[in-house]
Amino acid sequence: MEKAEKKNLKIKACKIRMGVIEGTYNAKSGHPGGSLSASDLFSYLYFKEMNIDPKDPKKSDRDRFVLSKGHCCPGLYSALAERGYFSHEELKSLRHLGAMLQGHPDMKTIPGIDMSSGSLGQGVSAACGIALAGKLDQKDYRVYAILGDGELEEGQVWEAAMFAGHQKLDNLCLIVDSNGLQIDGSVEDVGGPEPIDEKFRAFRFDVQTIDGHDFDAIDAAFQHAKTVKGMPSVIIAKTVKGKGVSFMENQVGWHGTAPNAEQYQAAMAELNKRLEELEAE
Amino acid sequence: MAEMVKKATRESFGEAIKELAEEYPQMVVLDADLAAATKTGIFKKAHPERFIDCGIAESNMMGVAAGLAASGKIPFAASFAMFSAGRAFEQVRNSIAYPHLNVKIVGTHAGVSVGEDGATHQGNEDIALMRSIPGMVILNPADHYETKAAVRAALEYEGPVYLRLGSLAFESFNNNDDYKFELGKGITLHEGNDITVVATGLMVSEALKAVKSLEEQGIHARLINIHTIKPLDKELIVKAARETGKIITVEEHNIIGGLGEAVCSALCEEYPAPVIRMGMNDEFGHSGPAVELLKHYGLCAANIEAVVKKALA
Repeated sequence: MEKAEKKNLKIKACKIRMGVIEGTYNAKSGHPGGSLSASDLFSYLYFKEMNIDPKDPKKSDRDRFVLSKGHCCPGLYSALAERGYFSHEELKSLRHLGAMLQGHPDMKTIPGIDMSSGSLGQGVSAACGIALAGKLDQKDYRVYAILGDGELEEGQVWEAAMFAGHQKLDNLCLIVDSNGLQIDGSVEDVGGPEPIDEKFRAFRFDVQTIDGHDFDAIDAAFQHAKTVKGMPSVIIAKTVKGKGVSFMENQVGWHGTAPNAEQYQAAMAELNKRLEELEAE
Repeated sequence: MAEMVKKATRESFGEAIKELAEEYPQMVVLDADLAAATKTGIFKKAHPERFIDCGIAESNMMGVAAGLAASGKIPFAASFAMFSAGRAFEQVRNSIAYPHLNVKIVGTHAGVSVGEDGATHQGNEDIALMRSIPGMVILNPADHYETKAAVRAALEYEGPVYLRLGSLAFESFNNNDDYKFELGKGITLHEGNDITVVATGLMVSEALKAVKSLEEQGIHARLINIHTIKPLDKELIVKAARETGKIITVEEHNIIGGLGEAVCSALCEEYPAPVIRMGMNDEFGHSGPAVELLKHYGLCAANIEAVVKKALA
């Protein structure tokens, strides 16, 4: 990947993270940890990979995105705002009564949301349905879905995985945001979904495991996934929960806790500093 | 007019989706390894390219249906009522109904008339589950011809519909190929001012036999066929309560959460009237031949007749 392009994606990811902090701080609730771990993936999808048009959010040949781990919508909303689907001001009313941005993605009211989601495991099935429709209609759009590693404990994920493999949905690319933490503790202590790669391989997926914060690796994985024929793809992105805000990193407590005023200032200061560094690179 | 046919509503449904396939090219049909039983197999045979067997995974099937609907398809997702409304309840609620997607959820083998398979497969709670979901339309057609009209009505309506069907073959009474009904409008099948029987699904033909027999005995019972349980035709129910005083509801479903309670809810707010609810009395079913089971649980013409007489005594 070219240096300038990578720099831009890093800047976008940093801005997405700032929106996560802005949104959850103003909501006094929400899920910063998993939003921050997936921010580099959001940046890549919305600023490099997907064929989308914020001015025509429903265009028929667009690539589709499903946030199966719907609670991480502060990150998705921030990416959509950054991409121009709606104003950044909207992020400040996240989760407020009467506001557009619901606590979990709502396709009826939010431009750029292709599927309502939030009940874990369900987004993967919906993504399969969207991919299948593309096959039936002989359209060449691609379908991306991000799910959590904790989410893999839901049986429906594996029903969907079996379906995707069986139906040879090679227009479907799942991304596991493998940050290793869930509400009750480490993913390994709570539910034990590992070995994730072997499981998906057994369900007839093309499997790649990457560093989910390394844009060269992300780029290589997504470009490879597009070349896979006759089977769906999964990219297991090893990430750090809370990535980019040092006091939130690898802290399970930041799964579903909003920053207070002091923490908000500290997080924004750190991200602003990072942004300045990136822009100076 | 058309001839009387003896068919299960699942069979009529299978025929209807096949017949409407060309008119509705967006229609696709999903099943969870029960195509031979739900009768989606009839569609599969005619249009294999538009049929998706999802395997024994109803939760995923409902999610796939949601994704297809979000992409412009009109999916019929079929399984036994126990599984499409029961096992996949939360998928129906969150992936289909919350975004108001155009999925037709089909629950065949509803009620105790499933027969020998017994309680695990007799869906007596599906209406209650589906009624509780905002915006869900519930259709429970009463015979072959009404089922065909219901499938068309479900296609013409844009949004989630739960179509409740039975597995037991029985004689049709709406013997008309052009039979049409209006979604949400009850049908008065028999006039009378002594009492009103409100029935749905398989129970309508039993109730029809009962009111005809009562008529011969000088008891003038009104019979209303409620094919659309939600939205309920409140106006027709309230009118019947005003004009006939008492109501008896009959359904092949738990008396909790089904037609009976829907009728009670409609009346208590506008015109409180005594209601006797006939159905499964908050109990599980049992294995046995379907017709014997229906008699055992009092879901038959003879018992409807007896309950009417007792109510008027």
